[in-house]
Amino acid sequence: MAEYQTQEHDVVVIGAGGAGLRAAIEAASAGCSVALVCKSLLGKAHTVMAEGGVAASLANVDERDNWRVHFSDTMRGGQYLNNWRMAELHAQQAPDRVRELEKWGALFDRTKEGAILQRNFGGHRYPRLAHVGDRTGLEMIRTLQDHGIHQGIDVFMEFTVVTLLKSGDRVVGALAYDRERGYFHAFRAKSVIMATGGIGKAFRITSNSWEYTGDGHALAYDAGADLVDMEFVQFHPTGMVWPPSVRGILVTEGVRGDGGVLRNSEGRRFMFDDIPDLYKEQTADSPEEGWRYVQGDKAARRPPELLTRDHVARCIMREVKEGRGSPHGGVFLDIAWIKEKISNAEEHIKKKLPSMYHQFKKLADIDITKTPMEVGPTTHYVMGGVRVDADTQMSTVPGLFAAGECAGGLHGANRLGGNSLSDLLVFGKLAGEHAAAFAKEHGAADAPAEQIDAAIAAALVPFEVSDANAEAAYAVQHDLQDTMQDLVGIVRVENELKEAIDRLAKLRDRARKVRVDGHRQYNPGWHGALDLENMLVISEAVARSALDRTESRGAHTRNDFPGKNEACGKVNTVVRKGADGAMEVQQHPIAEMRPDLQAIIEEMK
Amino acid sequence: MATATFKIWRGDTEGGEYGEYQTEVSEGMVVLDAVHQIQAERAHDLAVRWNCKAGKCGSCSAEVNGMPKLMCMTRLSDINLNEPVTIQPVKAFPIIRDLVCDVSWNFRAKKKIKPFKPREADAADGTWRMAQEDVDRVQEFRKCIECFLCQDVCHVLRDHDLHEQFIGPRLFVYTAALEMHPLDEEDRTGDLAAEFGVGYCNITKCCTKVCPEDITITDNAIIPLKERVVDTHYDPIRMLVRKLRGG
Repeated sequence: MAEYQTQEHDVVVIGAGGAGLRAAIEAASAGCSVALVCKSLLGKAHTVMAEGGVAASLANVDERDNWRVHFSDTMRGGQYLNNWRMAELHAQQAPDRVRELEKWGALFDRTKEGAILQRNFGGHRYPRLAHVGDRTGLEMIRTLQDHGIHQGIDVFMEFTVVTLLKSGDRVVGALAYDRERGYFHAFRAKSVIMATGGIGKAFRITSNSWEYTGDGHALAYDAGADLVDMEFVQFHPTGMVWPPSVRGILVTEGVRGDGGVLRNSEGRRFMFDDIPDLYKEQTADSPEEGWRYVQGDKAARRPPELLTRDHVARCIMREVKEGRGSPHGGVFLDIAWIKEKISNAEEHIKKKLPSMYHQFKKLADIDITKTPMEVGPTTHYVMGGVRVDADTQMSTVPGLFAAGECAGGLHGANRLGGNSLSDLLVFGKLAGEHAAAFAKEHGAADAPAEQIDAAIAAALVPFEVSDANAEAAYAVQHDLQDTMQDLVGIVRVENELKEAIDRLAKLRDRARKVRVDGHRQYNPGWHGALDLENMLVISEAVARSALDRTESRGAHTRNDFPGKNEACGKVNTVVRKGADGAMEVQQHPIAEMRPDLQAIIEEMK
Repeated sequence: MATATFKIWRGDTEGGEYGEYQTEVSEGMVVLDAVHQIQAERAHDLAVRWNCKAGKCGSCSAEVNGMPKLMCMTRLSDINLNEPVTIQPVKAFPIIRDLVCDVSWNFRAKKKIKPFKPREADAADGTWRMAQEDVDRVQEFRKCIECFLCQDVCHVLRDHDLHEQFIGPRLFVYTAALEMHPLDEEDRTGDLAAEFGVGYCNITKCCTKVCPEDITITDNAIIPLKERVVDTHYDPIRMLVRKLRGG
């Protein structure tokens, strides 16, 4: 029998970014004992990297804003594939969740009247993002962390979950190893919340850290849960492109919200060249009007740089492809130009975008108050995730909940900037609340001991590979990233997607044979070998879902199906593990929208 | 392409030694890139802690040629590559393996600090009004990414090992952010003087020098905290009042 320690709690939360922390706080406040299990140290999760802000219709800057506008903006941005009930709850509850952060100590930037300041962002009709310069994610995670540590939550830092434990159909815990020592721990729980974030590490050019290997998606899938919308991967239009070692690091949309413009090598603001019909009414038709908008003129319309991320990313790709790119294969993002308009531009930029200033100065020797930045698309976010009930956040597997990036539904085909931080708060809270309720209604149950033994044995296999010539996990991960980047990237086509699926199968064979040097104590070679399995699952889910959607919509662009298809617009793509272990893809009809919500959409058109 | 030599500490609680590795260096590389490259090429089990690789999470703290640094923000072009580059774990905390230390003390010590306690809401809807200039002062402290480099260089922790009597610069910054928060009503001065040992700091400003977020730790956080302690605990009139009240 394998050796492990047992931990007992009512609710186990996996992941300690914004969603996980918020869920843990909520479950604890409901009187549950809570374990918070996270791969990194507390406060280091990916939320820390969020820059621009958290979207909530507080209406502090523009009194015309309210939840109904936020709802319709979110649906339009998601090309109406969103789970409309989630979009409704999100828009309604985000303001309270932001105010609650202030109660817990967060210090947002202020308006002249002393209320929370809000900034412009792509796809949001009014200035809506509460923010702290360009380090909003840090403020948010630190606030949740510093509040959370006083709520009686047991935190297990640097622990990685390798499998969910089940009793019959129900999830009743998780098996993890601690990264520092390499010991196994079985977490018994009455309910489990997945809050593991995204999948961006499956691509070569990404703004995501090593943690983003799709663990929550893959573990839930293996436990029998449905994944939805996995073809929709957001490529953020502005990542750094030079020097090579920083390629992919995020450049916040806040640069454009504060007046930054995109230009090609000819100096042309190419975003004016292609404005989608859906947004024509809301978009400025001259640079002058765009500038008035970012200066707060309520009569002006948004500059085209603030169109949705999918569209901006595609326009940048077009400029590069047609030979009008910057020297290192991007385009120019210029905030320095605002010195033509305002006298204290340098100070203003440093105040509004301090970490962008710092990042370019340190890593690229560029002073953004003087020189344009070179930017290009980078893998940023997955709209798809565990399919959940909108009101409770429970997956299709009893006892298993999901929130934040690893849950799907809210964002549809494309996420608006700022809607991620609000997503974490709103649905983190709901997941915590309902997982706690589930825990109270259901007694403890045990997974069979053989399940735990088998999972431990599987996790230790790489140490037993005796072939001295066997490769390490690094090369397999690298090839997987190339496959996804080259064949399942921003622009997709049937034969390449099929080739990707073939290559992933071959990579799976290689992944099963990787060898690990050394011992179990803090061994990145071993950790990487175990992460591969998850990355392969989610990569296959993305590729198969992308193959199934024979249209271009939102973040999903098919060269062989360039336009939108009405029939495709009525379904979500769902993948699940079939009885034979193979991945099944299904088209799931979208429920008809409630008439009152339909009326809001019509009214806001 | 040029090649550089890196001497990286390999070891655990039992001891260890420097491993010497050569790897190719390309334009724009940072120290963490070199470590990752070495890890992928040959030292597959080389332990290193990192996350964002953009100076935002504060995970990859180490001592590079003896200087406390975030490896992700230290460019190789700023280092003399004609000599081997030495990379070792931070010294103020116990080693786990290679470049990874046990920094859990920081998390335990933070828990001892009384949490945020806001005053009653200003408006009927439960919200507050604050001026940007009052917020600015605290926002400087809230930039902290908890890399613990300031803890690493503080001689009270690094050389004198007074972890039980002194919370260190990071946690003074945290306490200052709470104490100077426009809404906070808690009083932490008693704890600062006694349990948190603010008096041990003798203002050598080593912490300020290494802060990757350029927080003026000593001048803006620690000295004002020391002043608060002095004002409340060593003010003769207050001491007299306390004595008379039997406090």
